[in-house]
Amino acid sequence: MKRSTKPKPKTGAPASATLGPEKLLRFYRQMVKIRLFEEQVNQLYTSAKMPGLAHLYIGQEAVAVGICEALRPDDYITSTHRGHGHCLAKGASADRMFAELLGKASGYCRGKGGSMHIADQDTGNLGANAIVGGSAGIATGAALSAKMRRSEQVSVCFFGEGALGQGLLYESMNMASLWKLPVIYVCENNLYNEYTHYRETTAGEFTTRAEAFGIPSESIDGQDIELVHTAALRLVERARQGKGPAFLTCNTYRFHGHHVGDIDRSYYRSKKEEEEWKNKRDPIELLAGRLVARKLVDTKALKELEEEGRREIEAGVAYALSAPYPDPGEVDQHVYT
Amino acid sequence: MKARAKQDAAPVALSREITFAQAINEALAEEMRRDPRVFVIGEDVGEAGTPFKVLSGLIQEFGPERVIDSPISEAGITGLGVGAAMTGMRPVVDIMFGDFLTLTMDQVVNQAAKIHYMSGGKLKVPMVVRTTLGATRRSAAQHSQSLHALFSHVPGLKVALPSTPYDAKGLLKTAVRDDNPVIFFEDKMMYQLKGPVPEEEYTIPFGVADIKRPGTDITIVATSSMVQVALAAAEKLAGERISAEIIDVRTTAPLDKETLIESAKKTGRAMVVDEGYERYGVTAEIASVIADSAFYYLDAPVKRIGAMHVPVPFSPALEDLTVPTPETVVEAAKTLCGRI
Repeated sequence: MKRSTKPKPKTGAPASATLGPEKLLRFYRQMVKIRLFEEQVNQLYTSAKMPGLAHLYIGQEAVAVGICEALRPDDYITSTHRGHGHCLAKGASADRMFAELLGKASGYCRGKGGSMHIADQDTGNLGANAIVGGSAGIATGAALSAKMRRSEQVSVCFFGEGALGQGLLYESMNMASLWKLPVIYVCENNLYNEYTHYRETTAGEFTTRAEAFGIPSESIDGQDIELVHTAALRLVERARQGKGPAFLTCNTYRFHGHHVGDIDRSYYRSKKEEEEWKNKRDPIELLAGRLVARKLVDTKALKELEEEGRREIEAGVAYALSAPYPDPGEVDQHVYT
Repeated sequence: MKARAKQDAAPVALSREITFAQAINEALAEEMRRDPRVFVIGEDVGEAGTPFKVLSGLIQEFGPERVIDSPISEAGITGLGVGAAMTGMRPVVDIMFGDFLTLTMDQVVNQAAKIHYMSGGKLKVPMVVRTTLGATRRSAAQHSQSLHALFSHVPGLKVALPSTPYDAKGLLKTAVRDDNPVIFFEDKMMYQLKGPVPEEEYTIPFGVADIKRPGTDITIVATSSMVQVALAAAEKLAGERISAEIIDVRTTAPLDKETLIESAKKTGRAMVVDEGYERYGVTAEIASVIADSAFYYLDAPVKRIGAMHVPVPFSPALEDLTVPTPETVVEAAKTLCGRI
């Protein structure tokens, strides 16, 4: 069924005053890095150099970066099958990520996890998850652990709106609220549960689901990184102070298909809708426009930042392509500790 | 083998007798005293001490922060356990009835079991899921199953199922200290079973079977409460001059193949008794292990006895027909030994 649903975000007060130019430029660099990384993944996949499945994060970059930039290095995230953006935003490096995506031994998981299972303990990433909603318990458990250890760590559970169909999320939110656990549930509403518009699968309103558990719930424009980041700062700080969980819906859009092979999308969404989001709601372009309009930077400097990112990504791909595969002897290692 | 000799060398202090339930309770209390990262989470684990009263007193000693009464959310508490285990805690998740494990399947099978491997060995999930198995409690089809085979099937999980208070305590302490997810099955019909348990600290390693009764004519491999059934059968068989060797595997994953094979080679006849469903079950796996390595020593095919392939019925008249008993084990053993 075709729809041209646009998100109707509640726009909060402009946040620019609190975010300095250095921070905004860092956001830009991080978002561009994710975009270039994903474009490269698309390239690797379509040229048959990458095995498996590839779910691109392009279009949603402001969510991962806006949230993760509000976290401490030792704070936790759990991610999804569309998780490359979260992983990079939390601090993983592109070269070892590419190596993982290509199944190489120097990948973050020695090539055993792949795109849908990247985890990086050193940056607090407890892992992407190929079960929709499957990490709700893990993120909430990490928050329980943080509370028990009195570590003042916060846990962020990223999931798409498709996960709203999973019962585990509600079991977890119930306990998070009961026990005031430091966990933020970040619902990235990119409008589509795979190939089905969320309105066909989701009754009622997103916000009320969390509110039913007494969890404060907000819905914001997920393409506006300043809004996302400001909300994240506030909710993370609140959680860190022991005031309990929060639910943040970020309204966003998946520029590509559900996965790289999802080419013909006309049966579930229109070209016109796609073009509208790409032309008017690109989170990177939105930030670039503001940076230039506020005279914080000129377009030439932005181009240079992009080139810098491109060099990093290209070096990362080259590293991964030439990296060795795991030794066959590794196949039965790490089943048990 | 060495490990078994070591842990069995403590007959001195075996004068004290406690129940299976007390053994579980002691194991948890000792581990919680030893390691502040250990905590219990589950339905009615606090003041109620579980419906079986197995955890009575823990909340008084350790408080509600470490003995956490949860909502009725099996998937949720198991998921929280996985996340807590990955981030430095050592949760013991209480799943009241083994039948309810079906509600935890994604968290156990897709998450806990695979996280260590999927992360290339970086992350680990030191979590114990304590649960029950066993029929004949008149609890009908959704409170009586023995589903340990499902979990023994999955790489990344360990599965323990003790048959005595001594083993229950030693194996549970090992489970809590293990860095892998362990599914720990207790037969709810055995909670009041008494047995010798020393006052002194001890643990029992996983993957080490225990010869509960030595014998020469037939090997009977059993699990959990079926070990008690096999021991009762062995007593009757002795009266008919059949010497049965009873082996308790104690853990189905890892499985101590060597002890089973050695025994089968010695006796020349083997049968396997387990309360899980016979079809595609634990008995099939163990029979295959024995057949593969002891085939030329065997005088007969390995016999399997598991639960009947039916949902557990409520009516006592029917329920008792579905599980192995000393009588059915005796009959099968006699047939195997050519005595019928």
